[in-house]
Amino acid sequence: MTDWIDIGTLADIPQRGARTVRISGEKEIAVFRTGDDRVFALVNECPHKKGPLSQGIVHGHSVACPLHNWNIALRTGEAQGADEGCTPTIAVRHESGRIWIARPAAMQAAA
Amino acid sequence: MEFQIETQAGTGPVAGSEDQLLVPMDDVREHLVVVGNGMAGCRAVEELLARDGTRYRVTIFGAEPYVNYNRIMLSPVLAGEKTFEQIVINDRAWYDDNGIALIAGDPVTAIDRAAKSVTAQSGRTVHYDKLLIATGSDPFIIPVPGKDLPGVISFRDMKDVDTMVEAAGKGGDAVVIGGGLLGLEAAHGLTLRGMKVTVIHLMDTLMERQLDEAAGWLLKSALEGRGQTILTGANTAEIYGEGKVEGVRLKDGRHIPASLVVMAVGIRPSTALAREAGLAVNRGIQVDDHMVTSDADVLAVGECVEHDGNVYGLVAPLWDMCRSLADGLTDQHTGYKGSVTSTKLKVAGLDVFSAGDFSGGEGCEDIVLRDASRGVYKRVVVKDDRVIGAVLYGDTADGGWYFDLLKRGENVAEMRDLLIFGQAFAQGGGALDPKSAVAALSDDAEICGCNGVSKGQVVACIGKGACSLDAVRAGCKASASCGSCTGLVENLLAVVLGDDVQSGPKTMCKCTSFGHDDVRREIVAQDMRSIPEVMQKLHWSTPDGCSSCRPALNYYLLCALPGVYVDDQQSRFVNERMHANIQKDGTYSVVPRMWGGLTNPRELRAIADVVDKYDAPMVKVTGGQRLDIFGIKKEDLPAVWADLNAAGMVSGHAYGKSLRTVKTCVGSEWCRFGTQDSTGLGVKTERMTWGSWMPHKFKIAVSGCPRNCAEATIKDFGIVCVDSGYELHVGGNGGIHVRVTDFLCKVGTEQEALDYCAAFTQLYREEARYLERTAPWIERVGVDYVKQRIVEDDAGREALRARFLFSQQFMQDDPWALRAAGANSDLHQHLDPISIAAE
Ligand SMILES: Cc1cc2nc3c(=O)[nH]c(=O)nc-3n(C[C@H](O)[C@H](O)[C@H](O)COP(=O)(O)OP(=O)(O)OC[C@H]3O[C@@H](n4cnc5c(N)ncnc54)[C@H](O)[C@@H]3O)c2cc1C
Ligand code: HEM
Ligand code: SF4
Ligand code: SF4
Ligand code: FES
Repeated sequence: MTDWIDIGTLADIPQRGARTVRISGEKEIAVFRTGDDRVFALVNECPHKKGPLSQGIVHGHSVACPLHNWNIALRTGEAQGADEGCTPTIAVRHESGRIWIARPAAMQAAA
Repeated sequence: MEFQIETQAGTGPVAGSEDQLLVPMDDVREHLVVVGNGMAGCRAVEELLARDGTRYRVTIFGAEPYVNYNRIMLSPVLAGEKTFEQIVINDRAWYDDNGIALIAGDPVTAIDRAAKSVTAQSGRTVHYDKLLIATGSDPFIIPVPGKDLPGVISFRDMKDVDTMVEAAGKGGDAVVIGGGLLGLEAAHGLTLRGMKVTVIHLMDTLMERQLDEAAGWLLKSALEGRGQTILTGANTAEIYGEGKVEGVRLKDGRHIPASLVVMAVGIRPSTALAREAGLAVNRGIQVDDHMVTSDADVLAVGECVEHDGNVYGLVAPLWDMCRSLADGLTDQHTGYKGSVTSTKLKVAGLDVFSAGDFSGGEGCEDIVLRDASRGVYKRVVVKDDRVIGAVLYGDTADGGWYFDLLKRGENVAEMRDLLIFGQAFAQGGGALDPKSAVAALSDDAEICGCNGVSKGQVVACIGKGACSLDAVRAGCKASASCGSCTGLVENLLAVVLGDDVQSGPKTMCKCTSFGHDDVRREIVAQDMRSIPEVMQKLHWSTPDGCSSCRPALNYYLLCALPGVYVDDQQSRFVNERMHANIQKDGTYSVVPRMWGGLTNPRELRAIADVVDKYDAPMVKVTGGQRLDIFGIKKEDLPAVWADLNAAGMVSGHAYGKSLRTVKTCVGSEWCRFGTQDSTGLGVKTERMTWGSWMPHKFKIAVSGCPRNCAEATIKDFGIVCVDSGYELHVGGNGGIHVRVTDFLCKVGTEQEALDYCAAFTQLYREEARYLERTAPWIERVGVDYVKQRIVEDDAGREALRARFLFSQQFMQDDPWALRAAGANSDLHQHLDPISIAAE
């Protein structure tokens, strides 16, 4: 069973940009919207030194971390190219004009 | 023999005429009743008749007072290219010949599943053995004030077309809300009928569900070229008018007058009837692989259904569904497995095609071909050696072929390199290696269309010693303009020289084969106005660039088109987007501007108050004579700025590739060595230059005497005051490689110092590459070049200065004030999770 959290509409997220979501007791989540209107969610922390990925430049289906420019794949959370590391991903559902993200596991256990 | 009486309607527009159809009582066949006389309902009946012409007795109810017509051809009817008669699929004779009772103009209002009957608006009740629901979709009407005013319509049926044709007869303005397939076809028809049409589209890209940004941009330009006004990113607030529609107001306050408003924002499966009858309905009426609903005697087909979680809005899936349905009804069990769809826009002269999934993603490879001179954009998405999506603009001849490859899931590894050139290339001749394809070309084959260079000429040029792409470009101009033949030239180099090819100058990034200077030159030469336009015209190989080229292009456009170009926030580095400096913990530091390094009690108090109020953990004096407040959260930034604004302070741009600070010393006002008012001149210089975006950060200093306490000789532009005037220095910086300035010249007055400063700044803005500071730029072009442009060429200097000041008119809006007033609040606020659903 997955709990889904309604976080708003596509229009709430700038194209090629991101917004952040806070759920108490959880790490901040970055929700990205790409140029072709796909939506992805990652924990808002770069695998390198925890840079806030939500603030990076979104290009294709990647985001360039604002701190040291690592490129992170939005779908897998994995660092690309020579860099190594991975940021946890969060499932996203885009339905009836609204965007839902899966409630993180730790929280589900607590709930 | 006894007869039971049902009613039927005639051919063409008939308003519920009541001829009588006589059904022999001894007709004991099962009765199939179809609700919906549209494309799917009638097709299903056709498919059924083709399998078994006698098994069912058929009655069709239609809400519209017409025989079955081809809905997708309503667009050509609106455009005046076809008449209603030409789009009829099944005329009256078809119903008669097949013994089908048509009850047109009488919508079904209820289904009684227990009694197995349907009742129509007229009160007529008919019993069924099998019921087929094919009610299609309802247009989605956005719930804004004025949506019910006369003159506000949708685009779904013949009645809507009649209304539009009548309105267009009176001329005037029309607004189409929705820039998708339907909306653009409506806009096209209304334009052809003489109306002045504005399309309002919520998203940034037209037809965003079918097209990627590049193709959407091409489409937008073409439609604008045909006289339509296209407003993207535009949100409708209300439709206004007294008694009838008079116009549309957007959320940003704009008003667009209109005597006709067409809403084409989307469709919703028409499910009310099924829902009220208690059938399982989600987004659409839920059906299995044989189009059977939750009731075994009730089937559904077309746009009103949901199969395996999908609903469709195009006709191709209907054909597949109708086949499976008819198979099921005649006891053959093939089963519908869902459809992949492709789209073509039906606007004469505009070829747009899209199919499958072109949104990219993991493991997907984009093959992009852009041919600016022909206005062609092609993108084929390949995954695991299979085509999974395609977007074509301008040349859609191969759309069918790509769609076929996609549907068949054919392995394309063999023809990968030639795939994008189309079927003729990729499958013709068997020459699958691009090098041998090029080698096989005849000597007079044209390589470069822009400059008319043949293969023979390129080979001759290489023969004369050109052994790099750049040398070929310089030698015979091949590939020097739009660059679309770069690949061909590179292959020719490889064919002729083998391993001796030299690699060219550094390209801007991996998305393009052009260097910074080429891109900049072409932006100006071709008067390009947006990032997608540059990417299209210069054949970018990625859909939307990368974090290297996007900020560069944004800057080049901003510099070339002051006041015209709209800054693209998403192409800016975080600091410039947030107007503050990001720190390693993700918080920001805030540096208010202190003109020339001067401050006063009011400013200092405001800063102190901000530090207290937001609990800033640190305040520091910067190297540029400013105060830096650390540890501010992104959501607090607008409030911090509002407080600083209230004390008269504006953004210090300590975060930007922009003018940072003008550092001064105390100068003749106070210092016993001072020769001129260095502080005053510094303030004036900063007032002139603040807010300007640059290729890189830019620092200025003014020292009051050669002791140079303001360190002017390691600044991008430095002024050292002397008794007889002002010595101007350029191209210095601190940093990893400290560089002392070059001496530019000496001028006699403050005004001249300011004028030279403006001219030099503009020269750097216009000619340096993005992320190149003045020091490496001057080392590249030589200080003599700079002297020649700024010191020797009086008219040129004056022109540069004028361009700088012109551009500054648009740059000196305090970005903090805009944000404090609420602009871009989405960049600062977290999203609010509103509800939790368990599943
Ligand atoms: C202007 C236009 C252009 C289009 N262009 C294209 C295109 O280029 N390519 C493409 O693939 N698709 C196109 N489409 C979409 C295509 O027309 C639809 O996918 C197709 O018509 C759907 O068929 P359907 O039978 O499910 O619905 P419809 O064709 O809408 O048929 C449903 C019928 O049911 C009737 N009905 C509804 N409720 C009742 C009731 N209670 N009782 C009796 N009757 C009822 C409706 O009046 C309607 O006549 C276009 C659509 C429009 C409007
Ligand atoms: C030739 C040697 C120098 C002399 C005689 C000299 C003299 C002075 C004097 C008298 C002042 C004080 C003015 C005042 O406030 O009353 C001053 C200020 C200053 N000096 Fe120098 N100076 C010299 C070199 C330098 C150098 C090399 C630097 C640093 C690179 C420097 C940095 C400063 C700074 C930062 C100030 C404060 C300016 C301000 O912000 O108002 N000085 N200097
Ligand atoms: S640069 Fe000259 S005028 Fe300025 S503070 Fe230093 S000594 Fe005084
Ligand atoms: S010198 Fe290095 S550590 Fe210090 S502020 Fe500059 S970049 Fe950061
Ligand atoms: S923290 Fe993201 S690249 Fe260093």
